[in-house]
Amino acid sequence: MSALEDRIGAARAEGRAALVAYLPVGHPTVEDSIAAMTAAVEGGADVVEIGVPYSDPGMDGPVIQQAVDVAVRAGVGMRDVLRAVEAVAAAGAVPVVMSYWNPIERYGVERFATDLAAAGGAGAITPDLIPDEAGPWLAASDAAGLDRVFLVAPSSTDARLAATTAACRGFVYAASTMGVTGTRATVGDAAERLVARTRAVTDKPVCVGLGVSDGDQAAEVAGFADGVIVGSAYVRELLEGRGPEGVRALSAQLAEGVRRRSTVAP
Amino acid sequence: MTTSAVHPPEQRLESAQPAWPDATGHFGVFGGRFVPEALVAALDDLTAAFEAMRVDPAFVEEFAALQRDYTGRPSPLTEVPRFAEHCGGARVLLKREDLNHTGSHKINNVLGQALLTKRIGKQRVIAETGAGQHGVATATAAALMGLSCTVYMGEEDTRRQALNVARMRLLGAEVVPVTTGSRTLKDAINEAFRDWVTNVETTNYVFGTVAGPHPFPLMVREFQRVIGDEARAQVLEREGRLPDAVLACVGGGSNAIGIFTAFVPDEGVRLVGLEAAGDGVETGRHAATITGGSPGVLHGARSYLLQDDNGQTVESHSISAGLDYPGVGPEHSHLHDTGRAEYRPVTDAEAMEAFALLSRTEGIIPAIESAHALAGAMRLGRELGPDAVLLVNLSGRGDKDVETASRWFGLGDRSEVDPGPGMDTDQHATEGAVTSGEAVRGRDAGSQA
Ligand SMILES: Cc1ncc(COP(=O)(O)O)c(C=O)c1O
Repeated sequence: MSALEDRIGAARAEGRAALVAYLPVGHPTVEDSIAAMTAAVEGGADVVEIGVPYSDPGMDGPVIQQAVDVAVRAGVGMRDVLRAVEAVAAAGAVPVVMSYWNPIERYGVERFATDLAAAGGAGAITPDLIPDEAGPWLAASDAAGLDRVFLVAPSSTDARLAATTAACRGFVYAASTMGVTGTRATVGDAAERLVARTRAVTDKPVCVGLGVSDGDQAAEVAGFADGVIVGSAYVRELLEGRGPEGVRALSAQLAEGVRRRSTVAP
Repeated sequence: MTTSAVHPPEQRLESAQPAWPDATGHFGVFGGRFVPEALVAALDDLTAAFEAMRVDPAFVEEFAALQRDYTGRPSPLTEVPRFAEHCGGARVLLKREDLNHTGSHKINNVLGQALLTKRIGKQRVIAETGAGQHGVATATAAALMGLSCTVYMGEEDTRRQALNVARMRLLGAEVVPVTTGSRTLKDAINEAFRDWVTNVETTNYVFGTVAGPHPFPLMVREFQRVIGDEARAQVLEREGRLPDAVLACVGGGSNAIGIFTAFVPDEGVRLVGLEAAGDGVETGRHAATITGGSPGVLHGARSYLLQDDNGQTVESHSISAGLDYPGVGPEHSHLHDTGRAEYRPVTDAEAMEAFALLSRTEGIIPAIESAHALAGAMRLGRELGPDAVLLVNLSGRGDKDVETASRWFGLGDRSEVDPGPGMDTDQHATEGAVTSGEAVRGRDAGSQA
């Protein structure tokens, strides 16, 4: 009963990791962002994380900040996000919304859950909402049959890993490095350690994000995770003017990476 | 309400502890923790260390000694009769946080958090700053305790408060101008959180006000409540009664919570927070978060904030950099919703009138932030009448604001401000007081700043 878990499970059945692409709605425009998401799916993304623009993106580095700032200034809101959800679903990938909490709270938690489900969205990832504060969202996502993805981090205690993964549905988001979003030269072994600690407390799929930018890194992460999440590298394609073509090509490279599995699977 | 009723001398000499927040940092429906999971462990560690430290006699003694010998506490209470003539004849007592070392109440909190930093074994502190007062205080404590210090400050504010940038650098701190978003305090906080989540193993975030995720609103309150604890005892000793009202400006809300806390259980004492109304709340160019905002989540806590229909934070506006913030601490939201405290707007022009008035009538140049509280006293005093006793938190001194004030009043091209009649012309001569008309004329110069 989870669209995300089903899709990630299907990838696993093919002996590979799933590719999860992040792009924010409204950069450079709403239409162009939807075109980019469609291109990401055509290039091989299994899941698209549809970013809700927010004025104070405390977990994001300069690349995503710059793109989101454009969307915020243009007044992009939840209605645009729901259109992107429909487009991604139509393109054949699983749409999941990525949003800081305040835009959802402002829209109305129950209204958000109802409208997201109606648009064909699988659920939402909430980077600044921890399960401790998520009462209304747990109830609304249950009622609407939506997935809900919380984050775990290298600094999470074992007790928090257990509680947080228990609250997740769809997958568990392992924020692999301590820090903000942005591409990194190396993935580092913190990610693999975090995934191992997470698997010790849950059977749910674990996807890794923060820092992956190319096919080789994707292959490395695919060696120990169920899904590889890529954000800043996609956004950079748009910021540097390569448009949907650049996004499609990046997806193809990453999709090849998640099939390569350079290291031994767990 | 015109009250001249004298409160019975208070039996209770000890100030009580408020019943909030709960164990997870909630003040009613406000507060809590809306943060990335990566920060939860650090916030838990900080909470545990703070709870252990506050009951540790060695810490209590070290903190008290620093407050006495370094900050210069207790700060005096000063009655200001010539200023009070403009407050409907009410009596006005100022709690002189401007006389603290570094020139504001911010040092109270920072010394506590710096001691805590040492206790948890971290060597680096980071801070956000708006007016620069919290940055200066943090840089000061870091110098005193041998910690390395990075201060994030909106680029716009580094221009408005250039003097404080120089002070921080002299004290050995690195000042990072923040060029994202509105380039003011809110963006400096975002940048400080990004630094913290990246460097949390070595770094402690010394937060400057009673906002942010738990435990900051609780911890900063407990470090600032010395203001009200002292003032309550000082007023009782001097007057044999409690004040009718306690007034303070509200940016994030730390000086206000600091002076309110001791009085929260004293139901006869009105608690009045003065918010920065900029050009006027109706113009949309203001920073009056409770008056003009709505509940939501910003910077790690649920509280009132200025936001649009999409939940985007709206930029605030105030002549005062220290009040130019679109959020407010969760305890203030709770005090507002429960009716225990009231929050009123004060425009730039009203604050600058009070700024000039206190300077001219009492020889005390207040911080522009604190001038908002003084303007609130001018209005409330007229409402309450001549027997009322008003306690006003003078949260800081105005040295940092001399340039802004000179521009506002057009002092650069004139040797002297025209003396004019004060507000209460029927009562006393007010030599040299700047009229409200003067203040309004000066406004164009101010907004070009
Ligand atoms: C003198 C003074 N008063 C008040 C404030 C506002 O902060 P808070 O509302 O936390 O007291 C500041 C902030 O910089 C300040 O410098």
